[in-house]
Amino acid sequence: MAGSSAIAILGIGMHPWGKWGRNFVEYGLAAANGALDDAGLSWTDIEFISGADTIRNGYPGFIAGATFAQALGWNGTRVSSCYAACASGAQALATARAQILAGLCDVALVIGADTTPKGFFAPVGGERRDDPDWLRFYLMGATNPAYFALYARRRMALYGDTERDFALVKVKNSRHGLSNQFARYRKEVTVEEVLSSPKVCDPLKLLEICATSDGAAALVVASEEFAKAHGSKNRLVRVAGISTVTPIFPNTIIEMPNFSTDSAAGQGVLEATSFRDSIANGAYEEAGIGPQDVDLAEVYDLSSALELDWYENIGLCKQGEGAKLLRDGDTTIGGKVPVNTSGGLSCFGEAIPAQAIVQVCEIVTQLRGDAKDRQVTGAKVGVTANQGLFGHGSSVVLVK
Amino acid sequence: MLSQVGLAKIRVPAVEGWFSIDESEPYLLGSKCTKCGTIYFPQEGTFCKNPRCRSETFEQVRLSNRGKIWSYTDAQYQPPPPYVAVDPFEPFAIVAVELIQEKLIVLGQVVRGVTVDDLRVGMEVELTIDTLYEDEDKVYLVWKFRPVNGPETLRR
Repeated sequence: MAGSSAIAILGIGMHPWGKWGRNFVEYGLAAANGALDDAGLSWTDIEFISGADTIRNGYPGFIAGATFAQALGWNGTRVSSCYAACASGAQALATARAQILAGLCDVALVIGADTTPKGFFAPVGGERRDDPDWLRFYLMGATNPAYFALYARRRMALYGDTERDFALVKVKNSRHGLSNQFARYRKEVTVEEVLSSPKVCDPLKLLEICATSDGAAALVVASEEFAKAHGSKNRLVRVAGISTVTPIFPNTIIEMPNFSTDSAAGQGVLEATSFRDSIANGAYEEAGIGPQDVDLAEVYDLSSALELDWYENIGLCKQGEGAKLLRDGDTTIGGKVPVNTSGGLSCFGEAIPAQAIVQVCEIVTQLRGDAKDRQVTGAKVGVTANQGLFGHGSSVVLVK
Repeated sequence: MLSQVGLAKIRVPAVEGWFSIDESEPYLLGSKCTKCGTIYFPQEGTFCKNPRCRSETFEQVRLSNRGKIWSYTDAQYQPPPPYVAVDPFEPFAIVAVELIQEKLIVLGQVVRGVTVDDLRVGMEVELTIDTLYEDEDKVYLVWKFRPVNGPETLRR
């Protein structure tokens, strides 16, 4: 499917992640203008705008596409807005790709931005007794890190991973992100510092849980024909596969914000499969490649331990061998398949609708050879993986 | 420990239809698809989520009140509202419990006094009905878990 269904990435743009306390539209605008400049295009060249929504910023957040279109200046551009929690960015990209591949437009802007509150993500306000996200806080006080911690403890029990292994993930990512001007945290940390930071949800410590951040990312994407016709100062990177898969019933891993897994006790139900395993697979299949072809990956390290799960989920190693891959240095820059060269969520924190897009920005930077101090030598193929609340898979395969 | 005032308060479930209100016989209330037998917690009453089943009829079932710990953690920081925390905040443990017969994993808090140091993956736990929080005239109840072979003091 790769050849005929690929689209080109002409431009990338980001607003630095941080805690800036300003309106999310401002960050989005900076990212959009960055992507347009990078592509050598102007807003009036754009035929379609695909916004990734945020739910914390009220009315304009729910209609991110139109909000950014207005901020850039109404010019009649066709629009789409989508929400898929942390996977929103991949869906916005998939929507833009569908428009391009259907021949409905040649060039599109994909954009996501967020302003987040301090501390734990909390559910939408009001008494919402039909909302599992509200109920899990009300009935159990189960925050997002509580779920990350359940996965971490499970790894320790099943595979013998240690708290030190998890700390090593943070140490690696803190080094990776040091020179990334868009990262929020650019400070090297030691294993001891990680282990001695306050426990949030046993066994995870404060330095192992991703922060909530303000940030924005944008892409200018186009048909192959448009890309050829317009030339580019950048080395062309293509989107070879996008996965926006949902789980397959029964999903037997406990997922945020649920109280239980699906039951596998019904008659005629399939054997349980892992949702996270299926996410990158969908993108690999579209791209006609496999994990053995991957030179680098950006994965959703909501926690240090979760990064190890992703190594296995995207096929970099067998189940249970994630910690070994890390200990062997394979996922560090200079290793066999560096993971989270951007510094990951560990250095960025979460700006939900921008997150899947900023992962793509990092891979594009690497495949162009523009990553400077953190460059992965000879990188040709990269993959992103991410998962949004309520069953949203997100993975993008990018090739040079 | 319940105060004298606490004893006088009306005890009500924090959420309706999720668990037994008879505290001497604690169980979770699930539903079972009458066609394919898939079990749901909390109860599903509208449509079966098994993609190969189009049933819309369910019967209420009691879930097993014992299971094995799939994983566990705790909350060392106070969760944001709508969680109602005691003041000062007391950390509490959370378990993911595998119900063997129902072939599902269910979450719940662990009773007060049991910490992560007392828990292990694979350990058998049992369900109990316990206080979630109190206000001036009511005690709000929720399901919790406790180790089956825990110290007697933890089993009341």
